[in-house]
Amino acid sequence: MLIIGEKLSIIAKRVREAMFKKDKGPIQEIAKAQWNAGARMIDANIGPAEDGGEELMEWMVRTIQEAVPSPICLDTTNSKAIEAGLKAHDNQWGRALINSTSNDPERFPILELAAKYNCQVIGLTVGKGGLPADAEERCGIAAEIMARAMEYGVPLEDLYLDPLVLQIATSQDHAMHVIKAIKMFQELNDPAMKTVVGLSNISNGCPKHVRPLMNRQYFALLMYHGLSSAIADAVELSEIAKTMDVIMGKTLYAHSYLEM
Amino acid sequence: MPFTPPKESYNGKIFELGLGNGEKAVAIGGENVLSFHGFEGSTPRKPVIALEVQDIVPDDWPQTVREVYKDVYGDPVAWAVYCQDNLGAEAIALRLAGTHPDRGDISAEQAAETVKKVLAAIKVPLIILGSNHAEKDTAVLVKTAEAAKGSNCAIGKAQEANYKTIAAAAMANDLKLIAMSELDINLSKQLNILITQMGFDREKLITDPMCSALSYGLEYTYSVMERIKLAALAQNDPVLQPPMLADVGMYVWKVKETQAPEADLPEWGALAERGIAWEAVTASSFLISGAELLIMRHPAAVEAVKKFIAEMEV
Repeated sequence: MLIIGEKLSIIAKRVREAMFKKDKGPIQEIAKAQWNAGARMIDANIGPAEDGGEELMEWMVRTIQEAVPSPICLDTTNSKAIEAGLKAHDNQWGRALINSTSNDPERFPILELAAKYNCQVIGLTVGKGGLPADAEERCGIAAEIMARAMEYGVPLEDLYLDPLVLQIATSQDHAMHVIKAIKMFQELNDPAMKTVVGLSNISNGCPKHVRPLMNRQYFALLMYHGLSSAIADAVELSEIAKTMDVIMGKTLYAHSYLEM
Repeated sequence: MPFTPPKESYNGKIFELGLGNGEKAVAIGGENVLSFHGFEGSTPRKPVIALEVQDIVPDDWPQTVREVYKDVYGDPVAWAVYCQDNLGAEAIALRLAGTHPDRGDISAEQAAETVKKVLAAIKVPLIILGSNHAEKDTAVLVKTAEAAKGSNCAIGKAQEANYKTIAAAAMANDLKLIAMSELDINLSKQLNILITQMGFDREKLITDPMCSALSYGLEYTYSVMERIKLAALAQNDPVLQPPMLADVGMYVWKVKETQAPEADLPEWGALAERGIAWEAVTASSFLISGAELLIMRHPAAVEAVKKFIAEMEV
């Protein structure tokens, strides 16, 4: 299970202020906390970043990689900012991951970047025409993204399919559609396709005290069904991930397994 | 079409661990495949067999094996030298059996003197073993570790009840440490975790999942070892990547099959041959299940196991 530490998002006030002030301190502190809790990739979410996105992403990549030996998930809709991030990215700890391409023609050029820079890319299974209705529709979109990836020269091993987790508070049915999609995505190729979710979206809009519980429980279910990675808070999930590894027989039980 | 044997490959690798100093130093481990699967990966080191020496007359050993050492036992230095020079031992395992409260209660200081003398007399690596009395071993192994500082010995066995003191002594004197748990794979992992949490380098550990003799629980040890090895290789679990020890001799030479006289059980065949075969078969089984280090007693059994190793490696 690859946890992509999600805490560096422009949506969070503290992070946003640090980004504007180019204050490395809070960014590096959060990145280290995610790394120490087991995140092996760090998400750098700079939002749409229409002004100064290139410079900001470049600064984020360098700032994070100064603090932790980790590849970066470049999370923005600004493709110029992505390219700037890819140029700055140090590949010695693994290749970068772009978040994301989709079935929206505006997002196709992202695949060109992935091919050009030989990096990994997330394929979000949505099109231009709104949200997918169920798991089957997500699979149909996934198949189109996969075909397009091959066309652009991105190997399927470098593509992570994202079924788009929706809020439980507003779209309850989709919680199970997404689990089913995770199962179905894996069958679309041999070796199985890699999968990723933006986990905390499930609890977006829930009361604060419910959110960690909802995130953890959903994560455990997704892990059981073969999810390969999650953009999530590693601090919140580290104990669940270790426990699931033990329950699923991926690591040998010992009384101190949580401390490993 | 010619037959192509299927090959497994693993992410994990067993730590390579060196014992002793100088030209007689040995190393075990380093492989990234199951035992004798050199055709699938790398097996840089052969298993090492240490001959057991005791600090007292081994009056609980049966005649077959006592006979071999009759001119030297009672004198651990002469015994160790005999094993090295006459029997070609690659390593010596000095078991301080006499420190046990029921077997002479030799003091920790005296045990440390014995260790010093043996170390001065031999060139091959030494493994220092207590008497398996958890409380007494704490005192004995601390003193003997100090006496062995710089010798790159292994000492043991650290168990759940006494690992803190013994691991600290091994750490302070830069020695390798044998961690023993009682035939339980999860407790074996747990003990290795606890020892490494003290700051002990896991690459200096030897795992002893507890041995047993053929027809006296061998299959339990076998299965635990096999699962440890698979977790180390297939799951790449660093806690289980230290090499493993099978302390064979002490379990074999107390079972009925190595002691019952021919007169009582003629259908069991010649006693001496039977005992040697029992030790050789027990030891070679544990090499297959994954042990990298053996402690044995009878030189003829050692010879048989070495032949087995040579044949398996072809």
